[in-house]
Amino acid sequence: MNSDSKLEDLPVASAQGGLPMPSRLALRGITKQYPGCLANDRVDLDIKPGQIHALLGENGAGKSTLMKIIYGLVKPDRGQLYWRGNPMQIADPSHARSLGIGMVFQHFSLFETLSVTENIALALGTPAREMKTLSRKIADVSRKYGMTLNPERLVHTLSIGERQRVEIVRCLVQDIKLLILDEPTSVLTPQEVDTLFVTLRQLAEEGCSILFISHKLNEVQALCDGATVLRGGRVSGSCNPQAETPSSMARMMVGDDTPIATEYVKVEGGAPFLTIHGLNKSTHDPFGTHLKNLQLQVRSGEIVGVAGVAGNGQEELLAALSGEEPVREGDCIRLGDQAIGHLPPDQRRRLGVAFVPEERLGRGAVPTMSLRDNGLLTGFLQGLVQNGMVQTQKTEAFARSIIDRFKVKAGGTHSQAKSLSGGNLQKFIIGREILQNPKLLIAAHPTWGVDIGAAVAIHEALIQLRDQGAAILVVSEDIDELFQISDRICAICHGELSPLRATAHTTIEQVGRWMAGDFVEDAA
Amino acid sequence: MMDIELVNNVLQAAVRTGTPLLLVALGETVAEKSGVLNLGQEGMLLVGAVVGFITTLTTGSLFLGFMAALVAGVLMSMLFGVLVLKLNANQYATGLALTIFGTGLSAFVGAGYVGQPVTGLEPIAIPWLSDIPVIGNALFNQDLMVYLSFLATAALFWFFKSTRGGLIVKAVGESPDSANAIGLPVLPTRYLAVAFGGAMAGVAGGYLSLAYTPLWAENMSAGRGWIALALVVFASWRIERVMLGAYLFGLASILHLVAQGLGFSFPPNLLAMLPYVATILVLVMLSSNPARNKLYAPVSLGQPFFKST
Repeated sequence: MNSDSKLEDLPVASAQGGLPMPSRLALRGITKQYPGCLANDRVDLDIKPGQIHALLGENGAGKSTLMKIIYGLVKPDRGQLYWRGNPMQIADPSHARSLGIGMVFQHFSLFETLSVTENIALALGTPAREMKTLSRKIADVSRKYGMTLNPERLVHTLSIGERQRVEIVRCLVQDIKLLILDEPTSVLTPQEVDTLFVTLRQLAEEGCSILFISHKLNEVQALCDGATVLRGGRVSGSCNPQAETPSSMARMMVGDDTPIATEYVKVEGGAPFLTIHGLNKSTHDPFGTHLKNLQLQVRSGEIVGVAGVAGNGQEELLAALSGEEPVREGDCIRLGDQAIGHLPPDQRRRLGVAFVPEERLGRGAVPTMSLRDNGLLTGFLQGLVQNGMVQTQKTEAFARSIIDRFKVKAGGTHSQAKSLSGGNLQKFIIGREILQNPKLLIAAHPTWGVDIGAAVAIHEALIQLRDQGAAILVVSEDIDELFQISDRICAICHGELSPLRATAHTTIEQVGRWMAGDFVEDAA
Repeated sequence: MMDIELVNNVLQAAVRTGTPLLLVALGETVAEKSGVLNLGQEGMLLVGAVVGFITTLTTGSLFLGFMAALVAGVLMSMLFGVLVLKLNANQYATGLALTIFGTGLSAFVGAGYVGQPVTGLEPIAIPWLSDIPVIGNALFNQDLMVYLSFLATAALFWFFKSTRGGLIVKAVGESPDSANAIGLPVLPTRYLAVAFGGAMAGVAGGYLSLAYTPLWAENMSAGRGWIALALVVFASWRIERVMLGAYLFGLASILHLVAQGLGFSFPPNLLAMLPYVATILVLVMLSSNPARNKLYAPVSLGQPFFKST
């Protein structure tokens, strides 16, 4: 009895066996050229009936383009697509849907002002008089696959997880043969991810093929029985995730010369530096979140992570901390024993606070300004301005030192911020703040949309800053990232903060429950 | 007795005055719901008015006059449509240009027709209904176009409430990218919506020169295109409120004439402001609930749509 050989046999047999099983979908030599970028370069891909197949790759590896080609949104320059063994040109999404191909987008293609039924009817082409029947069908399908949905609700009242269900149910109410999911887990809590996986396995058992696009390797390993890895638009390998380790798959994604995530030592930190005490804040935005009696403490020399699904008050918390929206009771937010809650952003910066906002272009940097000028925007305290005059040479040197020290790939200090890739611009922005030696760094989603190499560089820079004694607060939706770098961790849900615990003494499951609003502690 | 007659006349005139505004605003509501802002309403109105007037004067047919006004409005709107939808020109600038173009074009074409008379559209009293006290005369002793505007309002209300077409227009206006991603025809929908807006503006122009005041005068729309644009926004893109706003404006316009006639000693220029102020005030109060408005406002209004290939 050798279980290893069994695992080895499965994928190879189907590829080399005498009677090859016809693929549900096969791509041969798909090539798509955009100006200045070869998005897909001779890509081959095979998905069997009932298979859950992963498409792995970093941002910009060509995953999105490839799935848009399959869904008929983008036309390939060269190459052939075979649907159930027959050559096929997919003209547009409605053609793809008529073949039985459904897609769940990363950025949902839903209409917020319409109801669930209306949203689904739009995609299906249901005539108005059959809306009632459709509502019933939606309720049936969502019950069958364990995804509770009220068909009459307006989409803007739904949580992110519920919206994703709408997208999935939209695919399931028709006869589905291939379901494409683009980064479906990035918006879900760990528990929601488990529920989703149950649904997907059930679908696969019923014979539906699933193309699962992700860069989260442990999820791929838990779910998929086949994988194709893209790197720089090309297939860099295919494998059976069950027979690989996450790090061997990461190697295929990033190539040989990029460092991949390591473990960092957890530390205790020193005296409390940032204290949030009883912070309440109501918002005027009808779709915003009220902050309710927040308590949080960040010590010098430690990283505190705040987990949470988007839209649970992170934006409001960050605005209160950065000073974009000061709070009236300044005492709610203290640096050491100084109240700063009422101060505007520039005065907080003078006290040694630095921010890395969520949006890189627009808030982290001005897109059309050069890196040099962008460096000046927050580095104005570093002697770059004297008597109201910009010190051109010092500003130049400051930008140059960020680029050199953090290995930012850019044409030079004169390059426009928007010309940089997401990862490089993020390295520049974080570098700009770190070089000012802040006492407190607040970073929102520091590695969002950044490739593995840049993410590692950013994490290392944060750890280094921590070890120099700075207090660091990281707000992120990526729970794996938070477990990797935070010394203490908590979660935000509906504008409330969970208890704060040492990362080493908690589990992903527990933080997942916090993210869902269940703050009751486990019996230790 | 005399007072009742006055009320009857005022209400009837209010509906007539509100009708061209209603027609323009209904058309623009549809265009804006699809995400296209056409600031050229005033220009389309004037071109519709002059083309309708000349056609009726030449052929003697009011029907042909209105049809010509409609076609003129559609052509004007398609000029706009090609610029902003095909060539992705800025919608604000293009709309302003369309108004300036339409104003000049109508003055040029109509120069030889100023002051010539045509026989306008006559009211048709609907038996029984027009005898209802107070509202009977106002609603059911009107010309054919007023009745058609009732029908158009009801039809559009139904269109947005319970047809797939209405759903598509709303979806395209909220998020053209999502609409494209699920395979809805974004640009054709927007072309149709803009053309409908042009048709309505053209007919409204025809109503001005063939029914409301059956003659042609330069710039005779007197800013109604702009009022209609404001009306659409303050009515929060809701058909029933557009109608309310249009008649409110009509009523206020008539009241200030009545007030002058009754000899109120009030500066006439201030009185002339009344319709504008009253209409906007009421609609601002109605639209002061931001959460509800978010449900009706077309999110992508004024933004071009680029289809990825």
